[in-house]
Amino acid sequence: MTDTITHTTAAPIRRRVDTTSPEAQAGVRRRYRAEARFKSYGLLAILTAAVFLAVLLIDVVTKSLPAFTTNSLQLDVAIPADFVPADQKYNPAAIRSADYLPLMREALKTAIPGIQGRGPERTLIRLLSTGAPDGIRERLAADPSLIGTTIKAPLLLSDDADLYFKGAGTAITTRATRGTATPSDTTGTITITASGNEFSENLVTVKLALAELARAAITEADRAARSTASGAAERAADLRKQADELLAHAKDAASAELLDSRLPSLLVAINGGLVKITQLAADRIEGEVLLPLSSASEAKPGDWRVVTYTTPESARKINDLEVALLERFKTNGQVERAFNWRFFTSGDSREPELAGLRGAITGTALTLLVTLILCLPIGVAAAIYLEEFAPKNWFTDIIEVNINNLAAVPSIVFGLLGLAMFLNFFGLPRSAPLVGGLVLALLVLPTIIIASRAALKAVPPSIKEAALGVGASHQQAVFHHVLPLAMPGIMTGTIIGMAHALGETAPLLMIGMVAFIVDVPTGITDAATVLPVQIYLWSDLPELAFQAKTAAAIVVLLVFLFVMNGTAIWLRKRFERRW
Amino acid sequence: MSAKFMIAAAAVAAASVAGFADAASARDQIRIVGSSTVYPFTTAVAEQFGKSGGGKTPVVESTGTGGGFKLFCAGVGVDHPDLTNASRAIKKGEFDDCKKNGVTDIVEIKVGIDGLTIAQSKAGPNIKLTMAQVFLALAEQVPDKDGKLVANPYKNWSDIDPSLPNIKIEVLGPPPTSGTRDSFHELFMEPGAEKVPAIAALKKSDRKAFDKAWKSIRKDGAYVEAGENDNVIVQKLETNRNAFGIFGYSFLEENLAKLRGVTIDGVAPEYDAIAEGKYKGARPLFIYAKKQHVGVIPGIDKFVAEYVSAKAMSKDGYLANKGLVALPKAEADKVAASSKMMKPLAETEVTN
Repeated sequence: MTDTITHTTAAPIRRRVDTTSPEAQAGVRRRYRAEARFKSYGLLAILTAAVFLAVLLIDVVTKSLPAFTTNSLQLDVAIPADFVPADQKYNPAAIRSADYLPLMREALKTAIPGIQGRGPERTLIRLLSTGAPDGIRERLAADPSLIGTTIKAPLLLSDDADLYFKGAGTAITTRATRGTATPSDTTGTITITASGNEFSENLVTVKLALAELARAAITEADRAARSTASGAAERAADLRKQADELLAHAKDAASAELLDSRLPSLLVAINGGLVKITQLAADRIEGEVLLPLSSASEAKPGDWRVVTYTTPESARKINDLEVALLERFKTNGQVERAFNWRFFTSGDSREPELAGLRGAITGTALTLLVTLILCLPIGVAAAIYLEEFAPKNWFTDIIEVNINNLAAVPSIVFGLLGLAMFLNFFGLPRSAPLVGGLVLALLVLPTIIIASRAALKAVPPSIKEAALGVGASHQQAVFHHVLPLAMPGIMTGTIIGMAHALGETAPLLMIGMVAFIVDVPTGITDAATVLPVQIYLWSDLPELAFQAKTAAAIVVLLVFLFVMNGTAIWLRKRFERRW
Repeated sequence: MSAKFMIAAAAVAAASVAGFADAASARDQIRIVGSSTVYPFTTAVAEQFGKSGGGKTPVVESTGTGGGFKLFCAGVGVDHPDLTNASRAIKKGEFDDCKKNGVTDIVEIKVGIDGLTIAQSKAGPNIKLTMAQVFLALAEQVPDKDGKLVANPYKNWSDIDPSLPNIKIEVLGPPPTSGTRDSFHELFMEPGAEKVPAIAALKKSDRKAFDKAWKSIRKDGAYVEAGENDNVIVQKLETNRNAFGIFGYSFLEENLAKLRGVTIDGVAPEYDAIAEGKYKGARPLFIYAKKQHVGVIPGIDKFVAEYVSAKAMSKDGYLANKGLVALPKAEADKVAASSKMMKPLAETEVTN
């Protein structure tokens, strides 16, 4: 090769590579393999991330679905003519402050006739949310002529009743019967006598459950017997006695059994009513009437049924009477499922079925507005100064390093700063979006400065030089030519910074925005909370219905984030210039 | 240009300070801070108070008991909260701090009882514990057979007592920053320690060592700090049938479909047992009101009245629905009567 070069100086330099030798080909194959391997690693990494993301999203979305619908009872509500005093009839304030509980109670009792006694009546009224009359209240206030008429209105169910229709209740099985049955009465504690051994099947199940309990007691007794603690021997003896009693019952196939709340609930649907079995024998039962019977006459075969609520009463939030009532409403076609608009139109509440996000969304909007108004001009100005005007010396170097440091400071520190500065020193109000916005502005300012400087730096120097060349001042060159071209990048950086601020809770803890606030804020000094804080607060509440609410609030927050990031991408695509 | 921005920014800051210092001085909304345990109950009262037209709905912050007292005791005036929630009684240090800052008239209101429960999955082995067993399972140092303190050697429950099942000790509970953790130490670990002879002897001879014994929890993985969120512990118990969790009774009540409360010293954590004081793992919950704010911030007296009213605080009240265990009738009446008079707490009544 060297020979060629020295002798033919005029010819272009050529380097020959022998690509046909086995070594070279092995090398080529090795390189291809390495590349294929790298590609598959990359693909694997992306797939793993995608799977995690998909699992997360699917989990959150499926958990959130129940929160977006709500169940209510469509009932006829009679509004008596003397509901408000005649002279107050056209006074909305009087209509709003009237007592709606009797109306609700009457409507429920009309829908399910025959419910007697204080206990069952209270159970009935507890099926409804405390916010059930809200719709009627507003309708009456808007149209007082409805007073004295009967209106059809949706009455919101309480959270437990609502969850029951969303699948948190119990499985219900019904068994047809072969013989006749005669109830002794229509209400109270009654006995039902069947013509054959109709209940023997249920009795067997109960006996098996008793045998199971006996086995558990024996295991427990054995453990107690091994114990060295004082009193263990007596406990073991006690348990053995219990176990023996249980076993005796379990073995005697004919004896009647008392049912308790640890066993699945058994009921008899007969003559239009429902009886909860408390004592069970093969051919007769004793029980409490949950829904009154229409008559005590004999029921023909097939006209009465044995109903089982598979989940024991002690393992449910909702008792047998409530299940019976809700099932009755359902068969009457009075349960209506609708989209939960309230979730977006009302503020926070301690009742899951009434709680909404409007307060948090408004609070978020106000807080982010304050943040944007503060940090966009300051951030861009700082970036322009540092990038275009500032002399390069040790002082600006220190500033630059510290901006980068600030971007890495944990957000809780900004919260402490906010507490010390804005609340204690300046005396600004606690929990206000103004202070939240100020704190978040401190948090995103470094991000915006860094992004803006990068965007300014990306504008080719030729543009500025051309402007300077035709006689523009330095400031004119920057503001007329460089800044407009850098704007898409600045916007993208700002939106990403704001999206970061949208997800922050830690700094807001310190300034009192982690709070229960019912009223929707109307200004930047009103008490307010923000979406991520709302999620945090709901996730910590004991009510089961709040779990779905939490997931739904996360979905709303994610939608906000997607919209903001989508806008950033759109802006970049729309206005981006390439050189 | 940047100079202009600087001036503008300074102007905005100045205007905001001037404008909003003004806004702060005219507060017509009650502000409440304090314990996250009491938060679910106080918020329910706040909402009812707002709905019944008593005034604006109070703002309730969840800051923790200690953090609440710090804010509450910082001073008198509209910048400071009017009430604080507490999952324990006020401490001497906090009371003195209050006094130093001019908060001299504090009204203590006992609002109910919270049962601290140890719970497990219904699928797990049904076990019953004594306070001493809880102490031996979770203390950092336990006495060996000569009574000398050694690092906790117990790996399985059956190591402590052969009557307990042979499963690994795994207890999920709150971190040290939580008020619930303080209560756990006081309600379970201290009485448990007193039941262990070697440690009980220590109480007389070396008080410091005794306190250290019940105040420290083992760090070898048997006790898992599961964070402040009790729902997380509930979810973990559902998937791990051999684990136990420590949280408030209201969470157990909501999840009775899947969880079971562990019987302690022969008493199961049930509503009636807690209300009657039979279940020992229970603590009273308080709210503290600043009497000096009554009449300045509208509605404080009405809010307190709503809190102690029968429709809120009694056994059938809406707070019981939310999981608060009501005070016995006689005590509730006493609380209602004394809170009506707004009698401030005397220094002698602050015990710890």
